[in-house]
Amino acid sequence: MARYHVSATVNGDEVDFLCEPEQTLLDVLRDELHLTGTKEGCASGDCGACSVMLDGRLVCSCLVMGAEAGDCSIETIEGMAEGERLHPLQQKFLDYAALQCGYCTPGLLVAAKALLERSPDPTEIETRYWLAGNLCRCTGYDKIIRAVLDTAAEMRGE
Amino acid sequence: MRYEAPETMEAAVALLASDDNARVLAGGTDLLVQLRADTIDPSLVVDVKKIDAMRTVTAEDGGFRVGAAVTGAELGEHEEFKSVWPGVVEALELIGSTQIQSRATMGGNLCNASPAADSVPAMIAAGAIATIEGPNGSRDIPVEDVATGPGRTSLRKGELVASFLFPEQAPRTGDAYLRFIPRTEMDIAVVGAGVCLTLDESGLCTAARVSLGAVAALALVPDEAADALMGTSVDEAALARLSEVASAAAKPIDDKRGTKEFRIQVTGVMARRAAEIALARAKGK
Repeated sequence: MARYHVSATVNGDEVDFLCEPEQTLLDVLRDELHLTGTKEGCASGDCGACSVMLDGRLVCSCLVMGAEAGDCSIETIEGMAEGERLHPLQQKFLDYAALQCGYCTPGLLVAAKALLERSPDPTEIETRYWLAGNLCRCTGYDKIIRAVLDTAAEMRGE
Repeated sequence: MRYEAPETMEAAVALLASDDNARVLAGGTDLLVQLRADTIDPSLVVDVKKIDAMRTVTAEDGGFRVGAAVTGAELGEHEEFKSVWPGVVEALELIGSTQIQSRATMGGNLCNASPAADSVPAMIAAGAIATIEGPNGSRDIPVEDVATGPGRTSLRKGELVASFLFPEQAPRTGDAYLRFIPRTEMDIAVVGAGVCLTLDESGLCTAARVSLGAVAALALVPDEAADALMGTSVDEAALARLSEVASAAAKPIDDKRGTKEFRIQVTGVMARRAAEIALARAKGK
């Protein structure tokens, strides 16, 4: 079976991996690069648990082939905290208890970070629409939305 | 399965022509789902995203040429295109989540050939032309001639949809797309309606195109729906007539997302409301 040699940047580090065309970017992150923070939920692009940034765009890594990632810049949940220092979104998710089982949390954090980078002062409606591709079956979303909006306010210095 | 990512159209066409079981990969939001579900088993996947012409929006003869692999997010950020063709952009942006918008393309939406594809009725209403590249060169066909049935297209071996031409728009032209879904977003159209109309200086409709989605095996382009608007000021009588003939043109199926009877009724409502938005936009130009 053909294997492809792929060079990419993951969380700022140059990485090389071999992958089969059947492997998704999600498979590569988890199984080849052992970055298991990114979760597999539906594997069909519906749930957002596998959300990562690909060249500055929020994507479902289950809908990207590993072989497509050549020369791309990928950011995952593992790149979000700086050492022991949590990203403000991570801290607010803890403060608000914006998670229960936690399975959707990495995807939600990556997606919320993408929102705040694009829109530092989002409305609640904008936030809910932006995060509509990230399903959470525990929280009912309200704590998540409040955590994101409060993080945005904090990051704006309010 | 082999993966190739050619950088030229010629190379992509040669690869597609070399393998009877090749598939084009654009955004992958349908293809990877089908691979995962084992509904397709291609021996070759040709990724077209490294071909510049398929990823860019350019001016052409007063109109726009949009690469077939331009994503929903990219087209939505193209202010100039969006100001001219808001209906096309809103149709494309209705597809899926933020994550899906980062990847999904109009070429993919068209060639996946779902009867419920949102961008397709909007493109048809806009009069968009698909430019197809293949082993025998390039050919242009109306968007409505690409899909031939659910999951089937008129593309021949080695061919791919390379780009769409949105021709120069006449003054006082407006377009709009609406769909009905039972929730606020992230769903598949139960009924979709795209309308594009042009007014003369006195406010009479001199050109109209209406396309209906999810109510037949293919997006419909009923002439009688356009005729209901032509020559009118798109007044109440014209809108009532449009609603009636759009419903009459619908040939939907019953499924879990809507009954046949419901879809027929809603087709008229969607067509009418889309026409009202298109009218307001035409008046604003």
